[in-house]
Amino acid sequence: MTSLATPTRTITYREAMRESMSDAMRNDPRVFLMGEDVGRYGGCYAVSKGMLEEFGPDRVRDTPLSEAAFVGAGIGAALAGLRPIVEVMTVNFSLLALDQIVNTAALYSHMSGGQFNVPIVIRMTTGAGRQLGAQHSHSLEVWYAHVPGLKVVTPATVEDARWMLPTALEDPDPVIIFEHAALYNSEGDLPEQGAPVDLDRAVVRRPGPDVGLITYGGSLPKTLAAATELAEEGISAQVLDLRSLRPLDTEAILTTAASTHRIVIVDEGWKTAGISAEIAASIAEGAIWELDAPIRRVCSVEVPIPYARHMEDAALPQTAGIVAAARELVGR
Amino acid sequence: MSDSHDLDLLRQMLRIRRFEERCAQLYQAEKIRGFLHLYIGEEGVAVGVIGSLLPDDAVVATYREHGHALARGMDPGAVMAEMYGKMEGCSRGRGGSMHLFDASRRFYGGNAIVGGGLPLAVGLALADRLRDQPRVTAVFFGEGAVAEGEFHESMNLAALWNLPVLFCCENNLYAMGTALERSESQTRLTLKAASYEVPAWEVDGMDVLAVEDAARKAIESVRSGGGPHFLEMRTFRFRAHSMFDPELYRSKEEVEVWKERDPIELFTRRLITDGGLTEDDLATMESDVAEEIEAAVAFAEAGTWEPVEELTRFVYSEVVPS
Repeated sequence: MTSLATPTRTITYREAMRESMSDAMRNDPRVFLMGEDVGRYGGCYAVSKGMLEEFGPDRVRDTPLSEAAFVGAGIGAALAGLRPIVEVMTVNFSLLALDQIVNTAALYSHMSGGQFNVPIVIRMTTGAGRQLGAQHSHSLEVWYAHVPGLKVVTPATVEDARWMLPTALEDPDPVIIFEHAALYNSEGDLPEQGAPVDLDRAVVRRPGPDVGLITYGGSLPKTLAAATELAEEGISAQVLDLRSLRPLDTEAILTTAASTHRIVIVDEGWKTAGISAEIAASIAEGAIWELDAPIRRVCSVEVPIPYARHMEDAALPQTAGIVAAARELVGR
Repeated sequence: MSDSHDLDLLRQMLRIRRFEERCAQLYQAEKIRGFLHLYIGEEGVAVGVIGSLLPDDAVVATYREHGHALARGMDPGAVMAEMYGKMEGCSRGRGGSMHLFDASRRFYGGNAIVGGGLPLAVGLALADRLRDQPRVTAVFFGEGAVAEGEFHESMNLAALWNLPVLFCCENNLYAMGTALERSESQTRLTLKAASYEVPAWEVDGMDVLAVEDAARKAIESVRSGGGPHFLEMRTFRFRAHSMFDPELYRSKEEVEVWKERDPIELFTRRLITDGGLTEDDLATMESDVAEEIEAAVAFAEAGTWEPVEELTRFVYSEVVPS
């Protein structure tokens, strides 16, 4: 949270991410960026716009459409001591690099008895909501969160977009940063004097005793909007932003459960075997006696995400659905 | 008397052969478990290529990599202990036969996903390129990997960026049980490399000197900025794919024909004829090798089991307090 005394400036999530990368590259010659269209095109989502001009083609490397090869090359470069930031255009395409991420990046430390570590940062866009059809609308963060050896973070605010990356680059192990596409244009106030933030703690974005809303990434704005609506009805909701899916901040989840006694989990992923299931199980294991009502999950409907606007809206978690679930839990 | 370099080539091949023969026995004795893929018949490839690298170069190998590990100078005791699953093993017993590692020798495994090591090699070479280090990364893979997308993506990327990678294709004609002509529409593998503008040579993998000659030329060119090179080493595995393979897919006659080109026997005969190697020299070499291998077995036997309490170590790096 920003105190009133701290000077701030308004910045978009996209700009915060770009500033973060540029800053890291200025400070550390080991850092470089590579991926599809990160250079001349300026990034599919314009995140790296202008970086080629500042850093040149050796450090802002356009790659062919070869997800396995350039993610694997990033892993190799990391093994050799560099600090690559590999941008995979979207999580949908990252499936073509699953072998390298899951079989190499995640395993080399443990499998080699601790001889190797892979300090790579992989960034990718995730999520739906822009009528891009089923193949460009996946939310598969949980696939990666399933794997020991990886760290999975989901910046949802401009401050996290600005300050998670330097911590990720300092981390000796692979970190995957999921950037929800709907967040790039979002604006926020960034303190002028910022500092790197941790990658493993959830943060309460809005306090409240009546119901706990647990979410992350692109669902945070919808959830905060739901909390605002609920407040107008006299229901004070607590919003917990997970920020990291691996490690999952179970302690914070249990604290929210213990202080609100009613939990709604909001996740754009599917329910079945999703991160929402993991969160619910954690609460069942660690705080079930604290609950006054069953856990509710607001997730994507179990269908491929459709193109037509009204159908896509119906498939994704929406503020109205979050409000309805919270209302039901508090008996209104 | 043969020159010492030739003798060393022979000794290296022989120690790999005898090491693996011992591994097969130890597998039957249930000292070694899991998958065990023997390199027997292909020794000339690893010895010829890896012997031509410098200590600061990098090696990426496959799951059939005992020979590469030994040729790279890894301690046979640490390799054997790894196969036993002992903590003194080169991967602390977490890897086994398919995942041998040695950071100090820039030996990056031990990758058991066919084709999986190729992108990694491209990245190691990219790091050298970005830091202006005149090092070479040699990556080994079977002809089966040529059907993988990762092979094509890696060849293209290495060529596009002019990276110092030596692609070493060990063509032993069978991808597990699938013959090359049953899996590739184009069986001349060098043509695939040529399509990426990568210089590619076919090499007799059963002739250690031919391998060494080709490797030296290719490495020199790669190191001096000539971009990636591709060597197709034609070889044959004399043993089954793994210890579970009944070898239904090839005839005994085919194996026997290839055994007549055993790289160790061929080279031994050559050294006897041309180099003055004597039966006594050979017996001494055999006995030295046997002694080294028995010492490795003894080291593995004497090794210890990692305490189960350490199971979760190294999933993530351990931060050493400064």
